[in-house]
Amino acid sequence: MCGIVGLFLKDKSLEPQLGAMLSQMLISLSDRGPDSAGIAIYGAPSKNEAKITIQSAKPDRDFRGLEAELAKAIGTPVTIAVKSTHAVVRTTPAKIDEARETIQALRPDIRIMGAGDVVEIYKEVGLPEAVVDRFDVRKMTGTHGIGHTRMATESAVTTMGAHPFSTGADQCLVHNGSLSNHNNVRRELIREGMTFETENDTEVAAAYLSSQMAHGKNLGEALEGTLSDLDGFFTFVVGTKNGFGVVRDPIACKPAVMAETDQYVAFGSEYRALTKLPGIDNARVWEPEPATVYFWEH
Amino acid sequence: MPATTLSKTAAHDPRVFDLDQSSLRELNQALHNLAPGSNETAWEVLNPKGSHSVAVGVDQPVAIDVRGSVGYYCGGMNSGSTITVHGSAGPGVGENMMSGSITIKGDASQYAGATGKGGLLVIEGNASSRCGISMKGIDIVVHGNIGHMSAFMAQSGNLVVLGDAGDALGDSIYEARLFVRGKVDSLGADCIAKEMRAEHLELLQGLLDRAGVTGVKPSEFKRYGSARTLYNFNIDNADAY
Repeated sequence: MCGIVGLFLKDKSLEPQLGAMLSQMLISLSDRGPDSAGIAIYGAPSKNEAKITIQSAKPDRDFRGLEAELAKAIGTPVTIAVKSTHAVVRTTPAKIDEARETIQALRPDIRIMGAGDVVEIYKEVGLPEAVVDRFDVRKMTGTHGIGHTRMATESAVTTMGAHPFSTGADQCLVHNGSLSNHNNVRRELIREGMTFETENDTEVAAAYLSSQMAHGKNLGEALEGTLSDLDGFFTFVVGTKNGFGVVRDPIACKPAVMAETDQYVAFGSEYRALTKLPGIDNARVWEPEPATVYFWEH
Repeated sequence: MPATTLSKTAAHDPRVFDLDQSSLRELNQALHNLAPGSNETAWEVLNPKGSHSVAVGVDQPVAIDVRGSVGYYCGGMNSGSTITVHGSAGPGVGENMMSGSITIKGDASQYAGATGKGGLLVIEGNASSRCGISMKGIDIVVHGNIGHMSAFMAQSGNLVVLGDAGDALGDSIYEARLFVRGKVDSLGADCIAKEMRAEHLELLQGLLDRAGVTGVKPSEFKRYGSARTLYNFNIDNADAY
């Protein structure tokens, strides 16, 4: 099972509601996966700052004093906004890689959920509603976002095993299905210099796309590559800084429904996830074709 | 107004279930509670909003109009009822239908009519992959196209497609008959084009009539079925295992 959702807004007036809309979509699919849930929201870009979403099992210990220590270590102002077990670290874009390395040196137990100019990623064990409430996702604004509720098959039920997986700046991916050649692909990507946080198959798919895009492919071309290079069952929904993509494997046994209006493009594992979107009764609703790449960019 | 008049009126108006107000279980339980010969022959379901298992397991000859799109397994195991979905259907619509009919005004997702043993499933839009997989006597008429691996291991019954069929049509088919008016992307293992004889034209005309299809002639279709080469193990293929 697993339930996945995605929402790409075309109408700027809906941006303040992105978090609320995506939360409702994900909660409607709770019975497709009760183990863990996660959401990635692409917010408004800012020239002066980039973001790292971090997570700790002991936030009181790990986040205390980190702002000052990190600012001192990298010699640049830093702000840290704590949300439950997660926190968003903001600093100047030029210092973002250094900040990331420094955080891991200062607090070895902190996990990096993702980083980039606009993305924030929140994921935890538990039902979608609990995860959405814990991180106040409904109040978040943004241009696009993806979400996942997990029924674990390939690896343990942990925060790090939850989706979305992010393996490149502002890139993340949610997955319904299971991959059978992920160990081979992971080995090849490690040889290329990619690093992995988990044993999870989906993280390999995310890293595969990051690697393809790092080699100059656009999102559509990278997604096209999954059809020949990844083996197994998958429906992927992918976010980049300004893009949103969907691809299903050639067998396409994992369900998928899409809707498009002048205001948005939406994806749900089931039509249930789309029923409360504005104008859905007049939307173009279709089932994405197998082995066919769909993507939109702002 | 006397009570008798009230109940008489109720027998002719449809019994309405608004799934925004009542639960799916209440709807299905009410349908299962129908006794043979009940006067409650017309039912209407509002706000299905992609709900799973709408009107599953109905075993009385009642008419059920569903106003909106449904999720998984709508009308599964249907036995004798006439279900119309005024919207689209999720995976497994009419799965294991025994008799009666289901009409989908929109599109149907994967494995529509899977394992169906009887009755008629009409999809007025397109059906996606695995339409009629393992069908065992059901008749399926699709006004639009069907996806890949349709009629996989189909055993008996008829699948009629006014549009095109995807890859691997009729893979490992037994004795079901497949009639396709448009192009077929590819045929599956042991599925071949077959001659359209008078009896098939007559059968197909009957299916088109039952499905309310007009302006389409049986002669516009091609027939596909089993080459029957997989029925027995061929010793020459032993090396493949």
